[in-house]
Amino acid sequence: MQWLFKYCRSSIGSKVLMAVTGLMLFGFVVGHMLGNLQIFIGQEAVNNYAATLKEMGALLWLARIGLILAVLVHISAAIRLTRGNQKARPITYAHSGTVQATYASRTMMKSGLIVLAFVIYHLLHLTFGVILPEAHSATDSLGRPDVYSMTVLGFQNVLVSLSYIAAMLLLGFHLSHGVSSLFQSLGLNHPRYNPIIQKIGPSAALVIVLGNISMPIAVLLGLVSLPAGAAS
Amino acid sequence: MNLDANIPSGPLEQKWDKHRFDLKLINPANKRKFKVLVVGSGLAGGSAASTLAELGYEVDCFCFQDSPRRAHSIAAQGGINAAKNYPNDGDSVFRLFYDTIKGGDFRSREANVYRLAQVSASIIDQCVAQGVPFAREYGGYLANRSFGGAQVSRTFYARGQTGQQLLLGCYAALSRQIGLGKVRMFPRTELLDIVVVDGQARGIVTRNLVSGKVEPHVADAVVLATGGYSTVFFLSTNAMACNVTATYRAHRKGAAFANPCYTQIHPTCIPVSGDYQSKLTLMSESLRNDGRIWVPSKNGDQRTANQIAENERDYYLERKYPSFGNLAPRDIASRSAKEACDAGRGVGESGQGVYLDFKDAIGRLGEDTIRQRYGNLFHMYEKITGDNPYQVPMRIYPAPHYTMGGLWVDYNLMSSLPGLFVIGEANFSDHGANRLGASALMQGLADGYFVLPYTIGNYLASAKLGSVSGSSSEFTGATKGVEDQTKKLLSINGKRSPDSIHKELGRIMWEKCGMGRTEAGLKEALKIIPALREEFWNNVSVLGTGSELNIMLEKAGRLADFLEFAELMCRDALERNESCGGHFREDHQTDEGEAKRNDDDYSHVSAWEYKGPDKNPILHKEPLVFDNVKLATRSYK
Amino acid sequence: MNLNLRVWRQSNATDPGKLVDYPAPDISEHMSFLEMLDVVNERLIVKDEQPIAFDHDCREGICGMCSLMINGIAHGPEKGTTVCQLHMRHFKDGDTLVIEPWRARAFPVVRDLVVDRSSFDRIMQVGGFVSANTGNAPDGNAIPISKVEADLAMDAAACIGCGACVASCKNASAMLFVGAKVSQFLHLPQGHPERKSRASNMVAAMDHEGFGNCTNQYECEAVCPKEISVSVISELNREYTRATLTSGSD
Repeated sequence: MQWLFKYCRSSIGSKVLMAVTGLMLFGFVVGHMLGNLQIFIGQEAVNNYAATLKEMGALLWLARIGLILAVLVHISAAIRLTRGNQKARPITYAHSGTVQATYASRTMMKSGLIVLAFVIYHLLHLTFGVILPEAHSATDSLGRPDVYSMTVLGFQNVLVSLSYIAAMLLLGFHLSHGVSSLFQSLGLNHPRYNPIIQKIGPSAALVIVLGNISMPIAVLLGLVSLPAGAAS
Repeated sequence: MNLDANIPSGPLEQKWDKHRFDLKLINPANKRKFKVLVVGSGLAGGSAASTLAELGYEVDCFCFQDSPRRAHSIAAQGGINAAKNYPNDGDSVFRLFYDTIKGGDFRSREANVYRLAQVSASIIDQCVAQGVPFAREYGGYLANRSFGGAQVSRTFYARGQTGQQLLLGCYAALSRQIGLGKVRMFPRTELLDIVVVDGQARGIVTRNLVSGKVEPHVADAVVLATGGYSTVFFLSTNAMACNVTATYRAHRKGAAFANPCYTQIHPTCIPVSGDYQSKLTLMSESLRNDGRIWVPSKNGDQRTANQIAENERDYYLERKYPSFGNLAPRDIASRSAKEACDAGRGVGESGQGVYLDFKDAIGRLGEDTIRQRYGNLFHMYEKITGDNPYQVPMRIYPAPHYTMGGLWVDYNLMSSLPGLFVIGEANFSDHGANRLGASALMQGLADGYFVLPYTIGNYLASAKLGSVSGSSSEFTGATKGVEDQTKKLLSINGKRSPDSIHKELGRIMWEKCGMGRTEAGLKEALKIIPALREEFWNNVSVLGTGSELNIMLEKAGRLADFLEFAELMCRDALERNESCGGHFREDHQTDEGEAKRNDDDYSHVSAWEYKGPDKNPILHKEPLVFDNVKLATRSYK
Repeated sequence: MNLNLRVWRQSNATDPGKLVDYPAPDISEHMSFLEMLDVVNERLIVKDEQPIAFDHDCREGICGMCSLMINGIAHGPEKGTTVCQLHMRHFKDGDTLVIEPWRARAFPVVRDLVVDRSSFDRIMQVGGFVSANTGNAPDGNAIPISKVEADLAMDAAACIGCGACVASCKNASAMLFVGAKVSQFLHLPQGHPERKSRASNMVAAMDHEGFGNCTNQYECEAVCPKEISVSVISELNREYTRATLTSGSD
């Protein structure tokens, strides 16, 4: 297994780790969004979805551990690569110029760190209920945790919604470079498909951003609201 | 001076095979006991160094560039000839041999040229095996094209970068040997002297261009692969740092210099645009297939090309050579352009240029066809001049390109100094008075891959090589000589930069010893050059110190040798009272203005022996014997 | 035209160095960039000042020696061009041009604008070749190679080893250089017997020399004078991973 360790520490191996863990996290973001979008179907759908997830038990924990590992590897590889990159040019240019690198590609570390901060905030908010404890302990008529009301309540706060929207825009930024980039790092490249690959990142980012921000916006506009009779 | 060419006896076709059998071999286990220094890392040097290392010799290789991959072989565009006869169009070893002898205007050695043609095919095989991406046909087989006036398609190519790809192939082979520890590479290191012990070349003295350190290197044999001397003209198609120092220093240490006056002037280069010009860029000769060359009929016509009416233009090549027209050979096309410009009909700001006009071809074939054929060349021209050749005619002018002359070598590629071998453009052996297109790459690789590795073994096996140390008086003396010259250059503290003097030398050489040479002009040059040399040694400015990267010191050192060598070139041109190939003596031409060869008196190699500073060199003649071809006159009317 | 130059001057590898201003009046627009520097140097010499050292040789865009950062862009503003092919007509009267050496840990400055690129040579020495001793070769036509593949190999082989890719990469990564060589031999059957050792050895050497990592921004492709595509980097990534996963089965 020494070869694997050596591979992971090499420049290309580290990039492949970034790509693989990035792909895992991207998969989670897509799944998470699809699940949440059920908010537009109604309280029943979302709460049922949340309850089903919780009933998966061991499987859920496996996924959670996988995700946590992916996050840790993604971040530690990023830090190691960035350090290496800084060391590779000890003296910088007095006049620096850029020909074609996108802004997103040049700010991956920054956008990544902000997204990380948001994820922590998000977990505190909706998973651990630190931010709005009352809403977090609410249950629906079937006694299930009322994820629907908790979400709507959260988003009715304009500041919370704006912070979610801002975070999603940054995530989109991160993905617009990251998703196309993982194809290159994994060596998935062919002249015939390259034009598509180049568009995959920005397109995926757009879908994720629109899908996710549609929820706080819908709440703010009153298109999605608390069910009648719920505590407000 | 011993100028025995050591040509093997027997029929032409069997000489090389017979010779290889006669050559002494060295036991594989003993090869590592011999050390060979290879100076230069271009096609000849790189291929020789890697092949010698593969055979087991201990090799040190030197180049003045920062990496062996940058040698000027890299700039060759067109291709490499080989008698493969893949197109089935009648090529053969004998035909390549004959074309090369004739192209050289019957001034080269039959046996050497025949061997070159023989090994040409192996070169292609070797390069393909190395992964050189030659152009291919759709069926997957190697593509060929015709080139340089040959009637068969025998030129292999890799886009317009054949030299680059061949060089990278041999750089890769060399890199492999460096990685294996069989070759020690010394980049940014310049040869400044050859060391002779007991009449044998036993080492060199070099200067590390970064640290300034001067060091002796001891060996059993020395190989020079240091290229040609076109930069004696300052402006040429050669790279800026190409120089004559290694070969000239060897000449001073006893190696005869052969035919220094044989230089090739390429007709289609982008003209000089001002005094600041540093380099001339070659435009492929293929442009003459569709372009028409002309100048205004009227002297000093200042109008732009498009303002000059058809009947006010002189298509001088078509007028003078109706059957060959714009496709007249290199030397003729070059000389005619010079004549027109000397008569005051040149075009462009400097008046040193002629038009190469594609208007008719575009009208006849359409712009798209022309773009397909020459698009990259037109693009390159526009990049350099800012003119769009689809709309205004190109301006071209001849430029020094290649030097056929070089150190004299025998059939084994050994110079008249035992133990000193000379390969590639640095020697004189294969191209006579004029080189055919796509033959330089062939010769460099033939020498390095397939000739020298055999012949040097014979020398090492048979020479009596005593033990020599770097601290012997010969080495310390040579090292001190180099250090003294550095100190001298640094102490002059004059007013003129090395480049300004080099430019002046270049102008003298171009005017007096360039495309057209006269007895009077050469005699005048022989008077001016020593005066300029005097000016150099009294008034050159070399700032800084010897123990650092010092570009002025490098240039001054090379220029010092050019200032002596230029005189040798003029002397050789003056002595050769005939016109042949690239050597055109205006006082030796036919009534129609064509080159007039004198086979009775000049069918020989002129090999010059150095006799000391301020002493005239001595001329030795190696007669050229032609048993297999009949001497003929070239005509292009 | 008149220009203001700000040029990096550094007398040797250990000198800290600094940017020095040089006015460059009366520059012809027909000059190449290097000829402009020649003129500036001649004027310095007249004033008994040391000329600016810069690497150059063939001056026709093929040797790969010239290596200047002009206003933060490797080889200057023109696409697909080396500095020696860049002409002054692309600049305006009154422009200020900041001229710096390539900057990378693996390319230490030797003097002024001259850097040491021997790290590239060392990478080549561990795998940038086909091990074919002279004399081993079969006939050149013994192995047909599809024209498409031969052309792809040639696209990659066009690399001149100038190092602009490293200089322009914000991470000083050498992936385009290494990728080009690996790609060339990947597209030719002659390169296949050693493909695994080539990829792993060259990447190991590249990492060892202290080059940075690729972050897929493709600045290298944008400044490459031979316009080598970043698809060679993708191929290198694939080859390296393939070599790691399947080594031992050569």
